[in-house]
Amino acid sequence: MLDAGSHADAYNFAYLDEQTKRMIRRAILKGIAVPGYQVPFASREMPMPYGWGTGGVQVTAACLVPEDRLKVIDQGADDTTNAVSIRRFFQRTAGVAVTESTPEATLIQTRHRIPETPMTEGQILVYQVPIPEPLRFLEPRETETRKMHELEEYGLMHVKLYEDIARHGQIATSYAYPVKVEGRYVMDPSPIPKFDNPKLSGNPAIQLFGAGREQRIYALPPWTEAVSLDFDDHPFETSKAPHDCDLCGARASYLDEVITDDQGGRMFVCSDTDFCAGRRAEGHVGRLGEAA
Amino acid sequence: MYVAVKGGERAIDNAHQWLAEERRGDPAVPELTIPQIREQMRLAVNRVMAEGSLYDPDLAALAIKQARGDLIEAVFLIRAYRTTLPRFAGSSPVDTGAMAVDRRISATFKDLPGGQVLGPTFDYTHRLLDFALMAEGAAVDTQTPLGEEGGGDRETRVPHVTSFLNRDGLIETADPSDATPPDLTREPMERPADRALRLQALTRGDEGFVLSMAYSTQRGYGRTHAFVGELRIGTVLVEVDIPELGFAVEIGEIELTECETVNQFKGSRTEPPQFTRGYGLVMGQSERKAIAMSLVDRALRWQELGEDFTGAPAQDEEFVLMHCDNIQATGFLEHIKLPHYVDFQAELELVRKLRAEAMALQEAAE
Repeated sequence: MLDAGSHADAYNFAYLDEQTKRMIRRAILKGIAVPGYQVPFASREMPMPYGWGTGGVQVTAACLVPEDRLKVIDQGADDTTNAVSIRRFFQRTAGVAVTESTPEATLIQTRHRIPETPMTEGQILVYQVPIPEPLRFLEPRETETRKMHELEEYGLMHVKLYEDIARHGQIATSYAYPVKVEGRYVMDPSPIPKFDNPKLSGNPAIQLFGAGREQRIYALPPWTEAVSLDFDDHPFETSKAPHDCDLCGARASYLDEVITDDQGGRMFVCSDTDFCAGRRAEGHVGRLGEAA
Repeated sequence: MYVAVKGGERAIDNAHQWLAEERRGDPAVPELTIPQIREQMRLAVNRVMAEGSLYDPDLAALAIKQARGDLIEAVFLIRAYRTTLPRFAGSSPVDTGAMAVDRRISATFKDLPGGQVLGPTFDYTHRLLDFALMAEGAAVDTQTPLGEEGGGDRETRVPHVTSFLNRDGLIETADPSDATPPDLTREPMERPADRALRLQALTRGDEGFVLSMAYSTQRGYGRTHAFVGELRIGTVLVEVDIPELGFAVEIGEIELTECETVNQFKGSRTEPPQFTRGYGLVMGQSERKAIAMSLVDRALRWQELGEDFTGAPAQDEEFVLMHCDNIQATGFLEHIKLPHYVDFQAELELVRKLRAEAMALQEAAE
């Protein structure tokens, strides 16, 4: 981690050197040209550990321009420690403006969520991806899975989903739920809850996915179709906690469960902090909220 | 009443400040200096240089100090620094035959041209705690070695042991190549990897991982039947071609450990019976790593030599190459302590739903 201010001048705008950014931009463009295809790229060691969002950070660094307004969320929230740390990193190394407001941001880096407020044309959403390969847990070898994508051989995935139904009566995948992009590549949407999957498809924003440790970038250009895998008789369903937000009363937002005491007390709150705060500012009050 | 967890920023600042205090330890004890670490913790410095892929003893010492002695953390600091450095040139291949050797031993021949040079080794020390070292400040008894002053000289070339075997066609020849080796720090690693790329990954791989992989081949998981043909440690010159000058100039010297194993080989469908080679080359004095690397290198060569794949982990290129990097491994391992409550919530809902259905079925059955 950089100390406040002191080292900022020693590094290029947004940390990465221009050669590296060019290399990453080429991978991004290729990803956009072939939606859902995983483009190998020469991921760099970043000053934060692998697993903390090094792929997303590199994609963000390659996209940022000085006029950008950056928002960073982790678990939907702007104030989680890792979101704070990444936001600060770019404040220091790029000096860009930052915001917590989804509509005001030009670029949003996210871990595990898609914002509740719909994205608009011209915005970029950058996902941090741990394991980019949707087939990885069915086939551990990269040489094999690349071949399977080449041949569009996704039978194994359907068998897995079928076995879920046979065993549990439903598809037992609740996050990182695979999608098929424009009828071609099966893609891992990163570990977002399947609640967020419908927002992937036909989204007006550019969606970029960066996996640093695994050295892959992939993309969904605006208005791209991304269909969650399912069967005719077992259609894809989203899921969330069957409650309303206890702070803002939202009925349709994704909720975090918060344990409030050791007597089984709990409350449900929007995981998207900006969305929740916005609703409260508008005067919406939930079960345990206080009027603004 | 639930209050949203705010103040992540202040928490991070405070954590960093506490960390700095912990690093310093008791202020009554004098602070470590970088030269002290560089000179007296030299093998730790070597490991950080090797796995950090950056030959700079001072920076490695700084990284060790900053990382409070956590060597993987120190390697990480060096890697993150290294990746920002511009590339001016690639050096010519170093000539280990011209190494000024401090240590050079062969386990396959009792004596040989160039001689057996024991050098500074733990090998024949008795592992008894030397309490004299606890007496701080006392002048340490450093006698000059009997007979001669140590240190190799660059005047005499020390021939490689494998070249003796080579003369009789008893060992495979390694075809020399002028191809530019791939650079896994600048290109995404594509598999199958060639041998140069495998060696590159192994030399910066985690010492413990490479050691365990090598050990597993000795215990029967992909036997390699290795003899240490030669192990040498010393300094070599690094030369760089300057296009404006039209010739190579010396830019410095680095310490290397090189290990060549000679492996039994009964021949295969494609190759006659002869000895085969495993190769290890590591920055600094890093014997254990160099030997381990050469065993793993040999195990990974099964395909090229027409051997059978026995399913041993050390033979499995993807398994070895994708898991030998400790910075990748530690990052991904430790990231599970980051918040995952969104995904956990999704799992919670799923398990609740599955349980409700299972209970309903059970009740219906009763």
